[in-house]
Amino acid sequence: MNNVRDKKRANKSLPFFFRTEFKVFFTIILVSTILLISTFSFDTVPPILNRGIQPATFPKGLLVLIIVLTSIIYYLSFKRPWKKEKNLPKPFFLTIISFVLFIIISKTLDFFLAISVLSVFVSYYWGERRIFYLLLVSIIFPLVVFIFFEMILGLRFPPGIITNLYYY
Amino acid sequence: MMAPLFSSKLLLVLLFGTLFGLVLGVLPGLGPTTGGALILPFTMTLDPLSAIILLTSIYCAGTYGGAITAVLINTPGTPAAAATCLDGYPLAQKGEAGRALGMATVSSTVGGIFSVIVLVFFAPILANLAYEFGQPEYFALAIFGLTMLASIGDGSPIKNLIAGAFGILISTVGKDFMTSIDRFTYGINELSVGIGFIPVVVGLFAISEMLTQSTLLDQVFKRVALKAVKLPTKDDYKKTWKTILRSSGIGSFIGVLPAEGGTVASLIGYSEAKRFSKNPEEFGKGSVEGIAGAEAANNAATGGAMVPTLALGIPGSATTAVILTGLIIHGVRPGPDLFKEQPEFLYGIFGAMLVANILFFIFGFFGAKIFARITLVPNKILWPMIFAVSVCGTYSLSQSIIDVWIMLFFGVLGFFMRRYGFSVVPVIIGLILGELVEGTLRQSIVIFDGNWLMFLTRPIALTFFILSLIALAFPLIRSKKNKKII
Repeated sequence: MNNVRDKKRANKSLPFFFRTEFKVFFTIILVSTILLISTFSFDTVPPILNRGIQPATFPKGLLVLIIVLTSIIYYLSFKRPWKKEKNLPKPFFLTIISFVLFIIISKTLDFFLAISVLSVFVSYYWGERRIFYLLLVSIIFPLVVFIFFEMILGLRFPPGIITNLYYY
Repeated sequence: MMAPLFSSKLLLVLLFGTLFGLVLGVLPGLGPTTGGALILPFTMTLDPLSAIILLTSIYCAGTYGGAITAVLINTPGTPAAAATCLDGYPLAQKGEAGRALGMATVSSTVGGIFSVIVLVFFAPILANLAYEFGQPEYFALAIFGLTMLASIGDGSPIKNLIAGAFGILISTVGKDFMTSIDRFTYGINELSVGIGFIPVVVGLFAISEMLTQSTLLDQVFKRVALKAVKLPTKDDYKKTWKTILRSSGIGSFIGVLPAEGGTVASLIGYSEAKRFSKNPEEFGKGSVEGIAGAEAANNAATGGAMVPTLALGIPGSATTAVILTGLIIHGVRPGPDLFKEQPEFLYGIFGAMLVANILFFIFGFFGAKIFARITLVPNKILWPMIFAVSVCGTYSLSQSIIDVWIMLFFGVLGFFMRRYGFSVVPVIIGLILGELVEGTLRQSIVIFDGNWLMFLTRPIALTFFILSLIALAFPLIRSKKNKKII
């Protein structure tokens, strides 16, 4: 039993800056500090108009709370280190890449082309090789979704090389 | 109560919501919260009552649907069905999948109907009490709701509080509602209206789940064969009726507590069923009492969670946070005035929940075999489709591509939060309650002329603050005992 626990807690043997708890602590503190600094640049209400607290006070309080609570969980992790997470597999990174591709294509070319590219990319790299199913997720289903949103909900999608063929 | 439902349109909405909820509940990784968030933009084409009936029927049926997957493939379709796996799957492995599902269906229906009765009686009482509430009382109540976040799920209370504070922080993005001063907008015009609820909830639930599924592609589910769902025998009823009633009470009570929900309810319902059982040694090996205890409790939490949602505007669970958003975007403000001004609207919701419980009993009893087949849809086909619906749904609400990017950002963030033990539910509840917390705090300070100690002179507010301290202390003590504070 103890062996299993020790293996799960193998994170303890790593230098502190490689440990999960440090990485999480560092990221939260860094982001919170940047946000906290940015709250000092918020406009303030002149004292004569100010009722109650300034607009920056509440977010400042929240950020300080987050920093304090994060410091507590980091301090407690010295006594009880977090278990080491499994490395992320290749499909995870490919899915993230597909999100980036989606953003680039939707911004530069076409919203629905971006959906089709992401769908076929994800489906293929998650292991789908059958042409019909690849066509289903990349063309047939996005088309059904487009028709539904456009005709039934009356939504207008952003212009693009494919969407324009329909609109103009 | 049922009169508003006697229209073909509402019945159709109810039928669709129940079927859709069952499908969502059956599919691991989806569930009523994600499903509700996905369908929320579509409800804009409906009138407010139809929209809320659709969401509540998804909630009731989705909570039950999780049991089908829990029994047949040992994977809870929804987190609330996790305790059902413990005895549902072992019983199914013994060749009694039909009996396990029959018990789950009956106890879910009884739990659900019991909770609707609780809702009908307690929501108006709570709403009447809320007439006494001023800004300081609402602030204290919202704080109580947020401190309850510490005890949700089986995660760390401190991490839950960090996530809740982060949710409130997101609600501060945009123009300050009292002074119109920009906060965290960094010159981006789209952010001055704030970050919408839909991009955050779809990102945190649907997109982060898509990323989680990308790490589980080698997982193979072993599905137990199901011939037909069988109604419990006389012996089963004799064994379980007390458990079903007890768990229905526990589930309804847990549901009423702000921020708690079906997951907590089912775990407590299960452990109490074991504690009171004459045969506790059978638990974990296919005990029908275990199934009844968990299922009655998680479905009873649905009606319970609607009590604070409708009476106070404080969500009782993650899914009721989605329903609350549905109410708000349809221009319905929950609270005591709703009970006075639109009783027929509320009776429509109560009636719909009652009918949804009966409908999922019928669909579950006769159609569980068909719903179980949905789990055979491979993730490599299902998730790209969910992505397409998520993107279009998110875009449709304010027709802004920025919302889609925000959704993707929260999807990635949600994945890493879950990976490192931060629940995403507190973020949603924090986001929902954020405006209430800040608004009531600032207005209270104006009322008290800057004297914070005046909060302690208000008995109701003081009671909520004491309850908040208890809510904070309880999970910390429990976690310290279980060594799960971080």
